[in-house]
Amino acid sequence: MRELIEHLTPRYSLGAPVFQRPGLTFVDVKRDKLRALLLDLRDKHGFTHLVLLTAVDWLEEGRFQLTYLLNNRAADQTLGLRLYLDRANPMGDTIHDIWPTAATYQRELREMFGIAFPGSPRVDEEFILEGWTDMPPYRRDFDTLAYSQQTFVERGGRETHEPRATMKHKLYPEG
Amino acid sequence: MKDIDKSFKKDTETDFPLREEMRPRKVTTPDGQVIDIDPLQDYFCQEPPKVHRKSYSAIVEGFYNWARANSLWILGFGTGCGAIEMRPLMTPRFDAYRYGIQWRPTPRQSNLLVISGYLSVKTLKRAIRAYEQMPQPKYVVGLGSCTINGGMYWDSYNTIKKLDEYLPVDLYIAGCMPRPEALLAGLMDLKKLIRKGEAEGANRYAENFDWYKANQKSVIKDWDMPDYSW
Amino acid sequence: MSFEWIHVAYAALTLFIVINYGMIMTALVRKIGARVSGRYGIPIWQNYIDLAKNIALRSKVTHGAMFYLGPVFRLTGGVGLLLFVPTIYGSVMHQNFSYAGDLILALYFVFFGTLGMALGAGESGHPHAAIGVSRGLAQVTTAELPLALAVYALSLQYQTIDITEIVAAQQGSLFNWTLFTNPLATVAALFGLVGTMMRSPFDVVMAPQEIPIGPPTEYHSSYLALMQTNRVLFPVAKVVIFMNLFFGGATNWAEFAVKAFAIYMIPVLIGVVNPRFRVEQSIRFFLKWGLPVGILAIVTV
Repeated sequence: MRELIEHLTPRYSLGAPVFQRPGLTFVDVKRDKLRALLLDLRDKHGFTHLVLLTAVDWLEEGRFQLTYLLNNRAADQTLGLRLYLDRANPMGDTIHDIWPTAATYQRELREMFGIAFPGSPRVDEEFILEGWTDMPPYRRDFDTLAYSQQTFVERGGRETHEPRATMKHKLYPEG
Repeated sequence: MKDIDKSFKKDTETDFPLREEMRPRKVTTPDGQVIDIDPLQDYFCQEPPKVHRKSYSAIVEGFYNWARANSLWILGFGTGCGAIEMRPLMTPRFDAYRYGIQWRPTPRQSNLLVISGYLSVKTLKRAIRAYEQMPQPKYVVGLGSCTINGGMYWDSYNTIKKLDEYLPVDLYIAGCMPRPEALLAGLMDLKKLIRKGEAEGANRYAENFDWYKANQKSVIKDWDMPDYSW
Repeated sequence: MSFEWIHVAYAALTLFIVINYGMIMTALVRKIGARVSGRYGIPIWQNYIDLAKNIALRSKVTHGAMFYLGPVFRLTGGVGLLLFVPTIYGSVMHQNFSYAGDLILALYFVFFGTLGMALGAGESGHPHAAIGVSRGLAQVTTAELPLALAVYALSLQYQTIDITEIVAAQQGSLFNWTLFTNPLATVAALFGLVGTMMRSPFDVVMAPQEIPIGPPTEYHSSYLALMQTNRVLFPVAKVVIFMNLFFGGATNWAEFAVKAFAIYMIPVLIGVVNPRFRVEQSIRFFLKWGLPVGILAIVTV
């Protein structure tokens, strides 16, 4: 894996790799190099399988992180490519022509994080939410508890035994 | 709950646009005539449900209730993880068939809708449609704490928390998830209710139809079906 | 046979006995199936409770006149099939309205219910109903082929189309049964019996896992009660034909009960060990195996 990263780094100006464990490596990529890198990895280096495409919301840093997790079955290697997008106007590049499954992931990201993937098939259709008018619910500034309290009727009498508060109350009753 | 973030306000302004196939439109018929079609008005029956009275004779009604109790047909519609707990009832270990409980694949032939676990808004829409298509008298059993007060989905953005706001529930079975034994015991209790003639959920639904509809529509934003699915 | 009004009462009695027999027997078959798989099974009177429950339902939604007539036609098929063939050979009471040409009429009535159901289910407007009906008609058409050929072979063999005479010719000894005198025709007809019993491997019409549950999807309450009545009557009526044609008929109700149960168990036993055929597979099966046997039966008569 190290050789591969070393080989690819100058050509695609990769970031510093993180060797999570044997067989799992993460590396940062630039948006304009992503497509060429994916094609290279798929066609020349045996990373034929797109395990998943997901996003992380770094609210404080003001950016989204897309993670493309690729797998090389023969070498038992998994490579995660991290790509950062601006949170204010998140715009990704569709890779559905490289892996058709990516279209589904991109639809989900479009709906749950509001990341646009122009050109991806059916990307603007509803995926699992129906009639959703609020902000994309997986964004961290979307407060699911507040939303649920403002939307759904609650039944009274519900108690919480959340460990922190309960143990604090039990061990230090005076406060 | 104490930790409410007061700063977050739900978006109540935006309306969900009507789906394209539900919008009123002009259609040219094969013989060249142009007609206006409003799918929601033209394609569906808009009649609200009505309250069905019991039989005049108490003996007949008693016999009917006995038959209803001993021939419970469950709609095979699993909404959440509780669907897994329903299946063992068919197996040799629990064998619900000996109590006259059977599973039917279509709402038209079932009497009992088991809401088996959490109900997302999307599934609620289907559950309402399935419930309304069932012939009267019909019963609803809420399975698991998710249907009672939200359970572990109490802070979910997409899961209802109190089922009896939306459908007339006859019986709740508590647990997360209740074991098949609990489900079977709950069904036995439901049979007792039916025998006593107290399981009149369909009539309650018809009497409080506006209230139920208002609750349902407050949650389901893209309401693109008739008020009552006949 | 001259007509007298008392025959109507006798026929009604036959119908009553056969329906009750069917109710109990189908429940018994399900119970046997349950016991084999280690369950206790349904109560033996469950069919009656289901029937009462369906009649007791309060709301009924209709989709038009044909929707209502579908189950009626279906039940007519079952009742007609039963009433125009002799149920008990040699009995005045249970001779029904059998006459010289009843074999042809019986062949017609086997198909009649399916046609009526197709019209009714078509009007219900449910896509699953339409799929089920098209599959059902395609399959029944081919399944009827060996049956029809077997019946022709039989009428050639006995030189009659009167079921009573065919039964009479089989009396006396076990080896007078068509089963032994013309085994090829029997096998060909059994293709038809197994194919039209709505049991696995030929239950793609209902296909509970994929097009739940085919033509009766929209049927409920009293409509369904009619169809349930037919569901217990029709198989028994069909079995009566087979009993008369191939298994020597029955001279009393006890013999009837035993023979009908035994013949009914043939498709049941085939059903429990075979997975479902797709419709084109079952059509191919009937044309490949059923049809040659039927033709052979005619040729070798």
